[in-house]
Amino acid sequence: MLRFIVRRLAGMVLVLFVVSLLVFLVFNVVPNSPPAQRLAGKNATPVLVKSIEEEWGFDKSLPVQYVTMIKKVFTGELTQYSPRVPVDDRIKEGIPATLSLSIGAGIIWLSFGLLLGYFAAIRAGGWLDRVLTGVAIAGVSIPVLLLAPVLIYFLTYKFEIFPSPGYVGWTEDPWEWFTHLILPWFTLAVLSIGFYSRVLRSNMLDVMNEDYVRTAKAKGLSERRVMTRHVLRNSLIPIITLFGLDFGATIAGTAIITEVLYDIDGIGYYAAEAVSKFELPPIMGITLYGAFFVVFFNTLVDIAYAYLDPRVRLGGTAR
Amino acid sequence: MSAEPLLSVQDLRVGFATEGGLLQAVDGVNFELRAGEVVAIVGESGSGKSVTAQTIIGLTRSKNTRIEGSVKLAGEELIEADDATLRRLRGEEIGMVFQDPMTSFNPVYRIGAQIVEAIRAHQGEVGKEEARRRVIDLFESVGIPEAERRVDAYPHEFSGGMRQRAMIAMALALEPEVLIADEPTTALDVTIQAQILRLLEDLNRQRGLATILITHDLGVVAEIADRVLVMYAGKVVEQGTLDEIFYDPQHPYTWGLLGSLTRIDRPRPHRLPQIAGSPPSLTDLPQGCPFRPRCPHEFSKCTEYPGLEARLPEAPGHCDRCWLTPEEKRAKRLVEGQIGLEAPQEAPRA
Repeated sequence: MLRFIVRRLAGMVLVLFVVSLLVFLVFNVVPNSPPAQRLAGKNATPVLVKSIEEEWGFDKSLPVQYVTMIKKVFTGELTQYSPRVPVDDRIKEGIPATLSLSIGAGIIWLSFGLLLGYFAAIRAGGWLDRVLTGVAIAGVSIPVLLLAPVLIYFLTYKFEIFPSPGYVGWTEDPWEWFTHLILPWFTLAVLSIGFYSRVLRSNMLDVMNEDYVRTAKAKGLSERRVMTRHVLRNSLIPIITLFGLDFGATIAGTAIITEVLYDIDGIGYYAAEAVSKFELPPIMGITLYGAFFVVFFNTLVDIAYAYLDPRVRLGGTAR
Repeated sequence: MSAEPLLSVQDLRVGFATEGGLLQAVDGVNFELRAGEVVAIVGESGSGKSVTAQTIIGLTRSKNTRIEGSVKLAGEELIEADDATLRRLRGEEIGMVFQDPMTSFNPVYRIGAQIVEAIRAHQGEVGKEEARRRVIDLFESVGIPEAERRVDAYPHEFSGGMRQRAMIAMALALEPEVLIADEPTTALDVTIQAQILRLLEDLNRQRGLATILITHDLGVVAEIADRVLVMYAGKVVEQGTLDEIFYDPQHPYTWGLLGSLTRIDRPRPHRLPQIAGSPPSLTDLPQGCPFRPRCPHEFSKCTEYPGLEARLPEAPGHCDRCWLTPEEKRAKRLVEGQIGLEAPQEAPRA
């Protein structure tokens, strides 16, 4: 186990290094007006621009700039250009909203995905399976860009069932927090519900042909017990992988469109803002924060694997 | 042996609806199994032997399966039985051992737990601890050492032979009267095969366990069977007692099977004997006898398929499907002094 953790930590450092390097290089390669110019404002004097350049280190060579930036990442001094706010603070402010959105959506897409996939599989070929297939394909096909405005228009403005977009903190008012998040949760979950149900259905149909399922039937187990204890249990293993990666990515702030459309000022919202203003420090900060979570959940998935499938032993200490 | 058969299979027919039409996997199988008896069903892959075995406990039931005929267990009809009845019979009356012990246990549960599950599915009143004790006893009775520790092992921690022993322990957990062993030794090493066969033989003798043994290996049959059914392309082509099949085989296919056995007590052949050609596709059977294209003794009458009849006055239970007269058969089945099937004329001899 210790070896496993050490190996994972080393891997994480490597991933974060490569990611940060890529972000830095891309930012410096893409055509862009000099950042000092933008920081100084439209009517800045050359002297001002020069002083800003010196202050931020834009006059240094790229490797030096990179090292300086990474140092700032570790010391928490990473600052966005305008307004001059520490990137760390903005990310910390965004975490509660993004966590609320991700966890709720994750619970919804996992439970609905499993439920629909399970019933489609045990009724494979029947009308229920066909209906669920249609639902799943619709869910996968509708882009968030379309779904969110339609839901907001009808359910918020036309029929006034849900409050207008925005985020209310959990500590401020739990009920408002909940009602404000229902639409974003579903919007974010719809695609994954469709996808997960399809994956689970096909996994289950594969597992149903396994020899051990025939053995379970030959033991005289009830159909439901065979389906849940043997077929579903073994079909869940790949689903856990998917969920770990998807959930990690959502927490990492990839729900950009959902956050922007529902006016939820989380990490994704901040990322959208940073990209549109072309500011390297927040982009760097958010990317590293995101990469950390993706790697972290990857590790959790590996640990869960060892628990779900006893043939997998961590750290090469198989008996 | 009692007069009343424990299990009786009458005119069993199993067809699968496929895109290429109905595939008749089993076409009219009849046999009876009495307490304490071992009946072997022998044939190549695709001959319908496994489908026959699985149909007995309803494992082939599905939308696309057409099952006709009758399977009676102690007088109770199983083909028409509802799911609840079948479930009760599975494990409790009929235990089943499958071919590949590597894949026949669920890899994510402990072996002991999988057998406990079988016990408790039928006897809900048995507590987990008691069921576990019973599994340990079962493990000991099928020769698994360190049973106490082994119950808590996962399938991947067992060797193939141990897994097959555990499989047999599971099949015996509810003390069924009938054991169906579907190629129980095929996936095992030769030395392990012998151990497993010995175990099955002991169980049959000590517990009077009636056994249906499915195999393609006549060597296995010779070890433990009382009676033998030889299947080809979904039909029984010959059936009789072990001695009848081994010493007076009537069907050319059986000769071929016997001739392709390698025997340690005879000089080594130049080339391992085999039956030329391959089994026909069930969706495209030749007219008449399905073995005709591979049979060197084929003649004009073979375009008509004979019924499964007793053709020897001295052996009323010995039936076969071949038009040759017994005298012709006894002459033709000798190849270099041994029972065998000579290579077809047109095929070049090696």
